[in-house]
Amino acid sequence: MAKVEIINLNKTYSQKVVPVNNISLQVADGEFLTLLGPSGCGKSTTLRMIAGLEQPTRGKILIGGRDVTNLQPGDRNMAMVFQSYALYPHMKVYDNLASGLKLKKVPSSEIKQRIAECAKLLGLEALMDRKPGQLSGGQRQRVALGRALVRRPDVFLLDEPLSNLDALLRERVRAEMKKIFASQQVPVIYVTHDQTEAMTLSNKVAVLNNGIVQQLDTPTQIYTHPANKFVASFVGSPQMNLLQLQCHRQAAVLGDFLMHGRELPQMPPSIILGIRPEHLRLARPEDPQKIEGTVDLVENLGMHNLIRLRVEGADGLTLRVLLPSDQAWEGERLTLAVPPDRIHWFDVQTGDRL
Amino acid sequence: MNLVIKKSIFPLGVVVLIAFSLGPVLWQVLTSVKVNEAIAAVPNVYFPSWQQLTLEHYVELFTRRPLLRYLFNSALVSISSTLSCLAIGTPAAYALARLRIQGEQIIMAGILTLTLFPFVLIFLELLKIIQGLKLGNSYLALIIPYTGINLPLTILVMRSFFQQLPKELEDAAKVDGYNTWQILTTIMLPMTIPALVTTGILTFIFAWNEFIFALTFMTQETMKTLPVAAAQIGGSSVFEIPYGPIAAATVVGTLPLALLVFLFGRQIVQGLTAGAVKG
Repeated sequence: MAKVEIINLNKTYSQKVVPVNNISLQVADGEFLTLLGPSGCGKSTTLRMIAGLEQPTRGKILIGGRDVTNLQPGDRNMAMVFQSYALYPHMKVYDNLASGLKLKKVPSSEIKQRIAECAKLLGLEALMDRKPGQLSGGQRQRVALGRALVRRPDVFLLDEPLSNLDALLRERVRAEMKKIFASQQVPVIYVTHDQTEAMTLSNKVAVLNNGIVQQLDTPTQIYTHPANKFVASFVGSPQMNLLQLQCHRQAAVLGDFLMHGRELPQMPPSIILGIRPEHLRLARPEDPQKIEGTVDLVENLGMHNLIRLRVEGADGLTLRVLLPSDQAWEGERLTLAVPPDRIHWFDVQTGDRL
Repeated sequence: MNLVIKKSIFPLGVVVLIAFSLGPVLWQVLTSVKVNEAIAAVPNVYFPSWQQLTLEHYVELFTRRPLLRYLFNSALVSISSTLSCLAIGTPAAYALARLRIQGEQIIMAGILTLTLFPFVLIFLELLKIIQGLKLGNSYLALIIPYTGINLPLTILVMRSFFQQLPKELEDAAKVDGYNTWQILTTIMLPMTIPALVTTGILTFIFAWNEFIFALTFMTQETMKTLPVAAAQIGGSSVFEIPYGPIAAATVVGTLPLALLVFLFGRQIVQGLTAGAVKG
């Protein structure tokens, strides 16, 4: 119905400042796409261009086949939730929810009914006569969400809507949001720098860096098959170990050990080996591939211990290792299993997955 | 003992400051209700007895001269120039705050210079213009200059107020479907009421008190404003200075301003401190 298509979208401020560099994306009905990336990667600018708040330098934006690139924000029938919520401070919650509908000349009986529905869904019934200043952060966030939902737009745009909430509340609202947007049969585009939000909420994630889409895939694929070194290092916490190593035949040389991963048609002279801290575990006798090293540092994260391991014979090279905290080891030395199927190879020059 | 002194310094200071500020006003009020003998008495009568109190100066003011007419003139000129100042200045300030205009720095520097410009210097040229346009003895002769003189300050204050309003609010309004004019009138203006009141009152006070232009551009008795009329209250001879009626006129002229400030005190403080701290 209202598929969003973004074709070669580009925003250029000057020769050197190109926040969005020819991005093409598609979001179908009921699909939840997250634009994920570090600050300054162009994710917010992309979203603002989709909303019509910024004019693209080049490129097109289509909604359900209709070219909206040059339409005013109000004529695109999109709803947006802002990081600061941007509630109208002088209006009551009810009027905040109603304002967009009134402008669209929706009959007042329908406005009432839609707001009642939305208030019930979000638990806002008791707050209708308050002003935003009298609400807590979580309540404001829900009103902002409600203002988008009552509009019944063709597309939802969300710009870091959870980042102003405290950690506990964020987790709860995240779960609520997942439920709410799953029931809305329209495209949702969500911007965040928080990988947990991206992984939990979306069907599709576009990882952005330097204004370019690094990878567009399902959250699982992004985690298990990062397309390049940047995605590998950005998604996953603690960060993936990325080591530049010399190669020997089909293996990479990590200190005193030879690391075999997926067979490559041709092994380059040197390569980047990636292995997630959570995929390293204490070795059992039957494990085919092991490394040894000395424990340099232990950080207790509660459920896990994050260990910095100095690999034997690797000239000071360290690995981050995540071990469940109920697994104990003795002494300073550790022997770890390195499952070959968990090893990622990346090209030294381009950073692309091999 | 030391503590007592320390503790009393602050309240004492407050009392002294208030007495210093209010002294002249209180003296005018006192003079306006004293009988002529008490006004002229040596030594000064600070606490008049019941016999020394009278309202005759006020009665004289309203019966012998068309004081209501002067009040009306003053009010009309002040209110009109205040409103037109806000009506012109606010959209200008909004544009300057939000649009990326070429040469914005130059425009702002120009406006700032105008704010500091001593307006009396343009008096003679203005007089010629008023004569040329045959605006003498019409309300426009005062409304236009008052508006013009206060416009730069209005734009400066309103612009800085608009700038500190979050930009996402306007983005949200745009996505909701408001156009620029609706954003200004239904979203931005209700939030800028403190600033509007502050700048409005500054303009109003200026227009209400202004003397030179009012004295020169309005020569007809029926067109005079209150400050001019009050200054022209004369005695029956050159040797008699009618202190009582002059004081009464001053009190009548100050009353509306005092009332305004009492009514909008909170907003004024909010407006003046806008941007100083995040609210």
